[in-house]
Amino acid sequence: MSQRTNKLKEAIKAVPANIFSGFVVSLIALPLGLGLAMASDAPPMAGVISAIVGGVVVSVFGGSHVTIAGPGNGLVGVLLVAISTLGLQDAYMAIICSGILLVILGYLRLGKLADFFPSTAIQGMLAAIGLIILGKQFHIMLGNRLSLENNLDYIFAMPEAIVNVFYYSDVGAISAGLSGILSLAILIIYPKLRNRYLQLVPAPMWIVLISIAFSYYCELVLKTPNLIAEDYMIRGIPPIEQLMNDLPDIRFTAFSDWLFWSQVLALALISSVESLLSIKAVDQLDPSKRRSNFTKDIKALGLATAVSGFLGGLNVVTVIARSSVNVNSGGSNRSSNFFHAIFLLIFIVLFSSQLERIPLPALMAILVFTGYKLAAPKNMLKMVSIGKEQLLIYFITLLSTLQIGLVAGIIIGTTSTFIIHVVSTRSILVFTRNFLKPNVLMFQESEGNGQYFVSVKHFCTFVNFFRLKGKLDNVPETETIVLDFSLCEFVDHTVMDSLSAYQELFEKRGGHFEVIGLDTHAADSSHPFAIRKLVPFSGLLSQHLTKRQMALETLSKDYDFQYNPKKVDRAAFLESFIFFRSKKVNYIHNLVKSKQEPITAFDVNFSEGEFIAKEVVNTTMVHINLKHALPIFTLDKEGFLQRLYGVAGFTNISISSPGDFSKRFYLLGEKPHEVRAFFNKTIIHFFESNPYFHIESNGKSLLIFGKERSASIHEITRLIDFSSRLFQVIENDHS
Amino acid sequence: MAFSPNLKANLYEGARLALFLKAKLVLIHVGTMSDEKTKLLHELLQGHQAEGLEYRIYCQDGDPVEVILSTVSEARIDLLILGALQRENFLKYYLGSIARQITRRASCSVLLLVKPSVERVPCEHIVVNGLADPKTEQTIATAFSVAKSLSAYKITIVEEIKPQEVAISVDDDRSLRRSQIIKERLKHREESRVKQIISNIPDDLKDDIMVHSQSIFGKRGYSIGHYAQVVRADLLVMNAPRKMTFWDRLFPHDIEHILGELPTDVLIVQ
Repeated sequence: MSQRTNKLKEAIKAVPANIFSGFVVSLIALPLGLGLAMASDAPPMAGVISAIVGGVVVSVFGGSHVTIAGPGNGLVGVLLVAISTLGLQDAYMAIICSGILLVILGYLRLGKLADFFPSTAIQGMLAAIGLIILGKQFHIMLGNRLSLENNLDYIFAMPEAIVNVFYYSDVGAISAGLSGILSLAILIIYPKLRNRYLQLVPAPMWIVLISIAFSYYCELVLKTPNLIAEDYMIRGIPPIEQLMNDLPDIRFTAFSDWLFWSQVLALALISSVESLLSIKAVDQLDPSKRRSNFTKDIKALGLATAVSGFLGGLNVVTVIARSSVNVNSGGSNRSSNFFHAIFLLIFIVLFSSQLERIPLPALMAILVFTGYKLAAPKNMLKMVSIGKEQLLIYFITLLSTLQIGLVAGIIIGTTSTFIIHVVSTRSILVFTRNFLKPNVLMFQESEGNGQYFVSVKHFCTFVNFFRLKGKLDNVPETETIVLDFSLCEFVDHTVMDSLSAYQELFEKRGGHFEVIGLDTHAADSSHPFAIRKLVPFSGLLSQHLTKRQMALETLSKDYDFQYNPKKVDRAAFLESFIFFRSKKVNYIHNLVKSKQEPITAFDVNFSEGEFIAKEVVNTTMVHINLKHALPIFTLDKEGFLQRLYGVAGFTNISISSPGDFSKRFYLLGEKPHEVRAFFNKTIIHFFESNPYFHIESNGKSLLIFGKERSASIHEITRLIDFSSRLFQVIENDHS
Repeated sequence: MAFSPNLKANLYEGARLALFLKAKLVLIHVGTMSDEKTKLLHELLQGHQAEGLEYRIYCQDGDPVEVILSTVSEARIDLLILGALQRENFLKYYLGSIARQITRRASCSVLLLVKPSVERVPCEHIVVNGLADPKTEQTIATAFSVAKSLSAYKITIVEEIKPQEVAISVDDDRSLRRSQIIKERLKHREESRVKQIISNIPDDLKDDIMVHSQSIFGKRGYSIGHYAQVVRADLLVMNAPRKMTFWDRLFPHDIEHILGELPTDVLIVQ
C-alpha cells in the first residue's frame, strides 16, 4: 500500500518537469504536425488533431512511459498514396479501419509486425519512405510546385530544380525559395550551436517564430503585403469552432474495393513498424530503465488512430524524434505526452490565425530534413560494411517500394532475403525441414550462479526469430544470459542485429548477455552483424572476428595479455594430461596469454572417442606452467573425472581439514602422501573459499577448466583470475 | 537385426547390454536364416558367450513391423533395441519409418541407439524426464537401476513445465515480475515432487550416483531432448507415450520431437 502512495507522490512531484517537457515537445509537434499533414496532401490541421488525440488517448491507455504519440514521418508515404487513390473522405475511413485493425492485432498479441520481417528490408522500406518525402517536398521547399507521376521522377528532378532556382524572376517565388533554404540551414546549423538560451526553443519552432515575425515585420514596418507569394503560404487553417463542424462523414462506399483494404493494410503495417522501432529505441533512452508494454501501447495507438480519423486527423504512431526530445527535456512519465497535447490545443485555440503566416517552403524544409534523416545514406554505408547481400536486399526493397508500393516492397524484400539465405547456405532443406520445429531451449542453470543458458538449433533467421525472442523477453534484464549457437547452422543479420540490441539493453540494466558458439561460423565481412553460417569441414575459422573474439581482444588489451585468435594445430602440451588421454585434440584457438605469469587461456576443440568422432567439443581451459614440480593429482567436485583417473591408477585421497574440503571435492592422485603434503592449509583454504573449477596437474603444469563448452567472456575473466590467484598461492607456498 | 555393415556394432551393443542387465539376448531377423548367417552370428558373439551370454535367434518372413511386434509379445521381450539413422554428413540422427512405427506400438520398453559401437563407450550421464505423470515414478526408478548396472555417475531429472502453466504473458516490468514469482513457485512445486519420487528409490541404487534436478520452461518433449544434447548426456530415459492418434503425428508433440531428431541414446520405458 505504502509503495503505491509513494509512487503517487513521486508522480505528483514529477508533474512540473513533465509539464515543461510537454511544452517543449509541443513546440516541435506543432510545425511537424502541420508539415506532415500537408506533405500527405491532407488539410494542415489534420496533423495537429492526430497529435492532440494521440497525446490524450495514448497517455491514458498506453503502456509505454516516455514516448510521444502523433503523426509519423513513415506514414507520409502511405497516406499520400491513400489520399490520392481513395480521396480524402475514404482515406479517413481507411485511417479509422487501420486503427481498428491495430486494436484487433493488439488483442491477438500480433502487434509486433516488424518482428516478422528482415531488418534490412525494413531499413530499405524506411529509406524509400524517406526518399518519397524528400523527393516531393524538396521542390516545394525551393518554391517550385511540381506534379509528376512517379516517386522516382521527383527524385530525378531534384538537380534540375536546384539549377532552376537561379533563374527565378518573380520576387514572390524567390523569397519563397529563400525562406525554404534559410529554414533548412537553420535545421542543419542548430544542433551544432551550443548556446543554452538558443537551445531552449527547438529548431522547428525557431523557423515558425522567425517566419511569423517576418510576416508581421512586412505588415507593420514595411507596410507591404508579405514578400512571399500568397500561393506559398499555409492556408486552410480554420478557427477551432469550425473544426468541430468539419468532421469527416462516415460512409461505407469504399468497403467493397480491394484497393481500400490494401491501403488499410499498408497504414496498419507501417504504423506498427514505426511504433515498434520507436518504442524500442526510446526504451533505451529511458533513464528509469522501464520496459514498455508494446501490446498495450499498440491497442492505445489503434484506438487513438480510430478516434483521430473520426475527428479528421491522421494515423497516430509513436514518434522517435519527439520522444527523444521529451526525454532530454526531463519528461519522466506518460503525463508529458498528455501535456504536449494540451499545449497543442491551447496553441490552435489562441493562435490559429497566426499560423497562416508561416510560409510553406519553410515548413517543408523541416520535412526535407526528416526525409533525409530517414533515407540516411549512413544506413546504406552500414549495409555495405555488413555484407554485399544486405546491400542487395536493401536496394531491392527500396526500389520496389518506390516503384510499386509499400506493401509490395516489403513483401519483395522479405522474399528476396529468404532466397539469398537459401543461396548462401546452398540448401533449402535446412529451412524447410526445420521450419515448424521448435529450436530454442532455455533454462536457468540450477548449478552455479543461476545464469540462463539458451541454445539454438538448426537455423535462426527472421523467419523463426520470434521463438528465440519469446524466450529472451522472459528474462529480466538484470540477469546473465549465455546464448549458444554452436548447434545452429545459419544465423542471419536480422538476428545478429536484434541480439546486439539485447546486449546493449542488458549491459545498461546491469545484466549480462553473451553470445557464444559463433567462432567456428564463417562470415563474409568483418561487421559483427554479418550473416554467420556453419561450414562443416572446410576453412573452419574465418579471418573475421566474432563479437566474442573482439571482446577477448579488448579483454587482453585491458589486462595487458597477448591475444591470438588463430587456430593452432599442435597442442602437444595438452597430451600429457590424463583428461585428453581418450580424446583427440583437433586444435586450440583464441589464445589469451599473460605476459607476466606463465598462464594461457584458450579454447580447445577436441573430439571424444577415436576413429569416428562421437562428438566434437569446444571447451575453454587455462594452462599454467609451474616452475616447481608438483605431485600428480586431479581435483573436481562431481566425480566427473573419477572413472577416467581410476583407470589411470589414481586413488581417492581424503584430507582431514577443519572445513568440509573432503566432502566437497574429489581429490585423486598417484602418490597420496605427496598430494597430502602439497594440499596444506593455505591451499585448502584457497579452494574452499573460491569458485570451483576442474583442476588437473601433470607434475609440471596445471590444467583448469569450468564447463564443457566455450566460456563466456565473464566466465573467462573469472577463470583467468582464479588461475592467476592459484598461481600466486602455489608460488608463495614454495618460496 | 539386419545383416548390414552395422551388424557387428549392433550385436556387440546388444550383447554388452544383456550382460550388464543380466538378461537373455533375443535376436530378431526378418527374412530367412541361412547356415552361413547363423555361423557368422556365432562367430561374432563368441567372446560374449564366454562371459556368460545366452542368446536365441528368431527369424520370420513378412512385414518387418508386424514380425518384430509379434515376436516381442511371443517371446515376452522386456526391452527392444533399435538403431537410428544418420542424416547426411551432419551429426544428426533420426529414426527410420519402420523403427518409428515399432516404437509407437511396442508393448515393451524400447532402447533407441544413436551410434552403436564395437568398443564400449561408457555411459556416464543419464537424463530422465520428471513430468507430472503416473508413469514417471517407474521411469525414474528404471533410470536409477540402469544407471547402477551401467555404472553411470550422474542422473539429471528434468522437469519440463509448459509455458502455458505460467499463464502470464510478459509485456512489461510488472508482468515480468509476476511471471518470475509464478515460475519460482512452479519450480519449487516440481522440485519437491521429484524429491518425493527420489526418496522412494532404494538407497543402494542411489549411492555413488549424483542426482541433480533441472526444471525447464519450454515445449514438452522437445526441451528435454535439446537439453540432453546440450549437456551431452549418454542416455535419455523417457515415459512411454500415451495412445497416439492421427492428429498427434500431424502436430508433433512430446515423444515425437525426440523420434524426429534423436539427441542421444533414448530409452522409452513402458
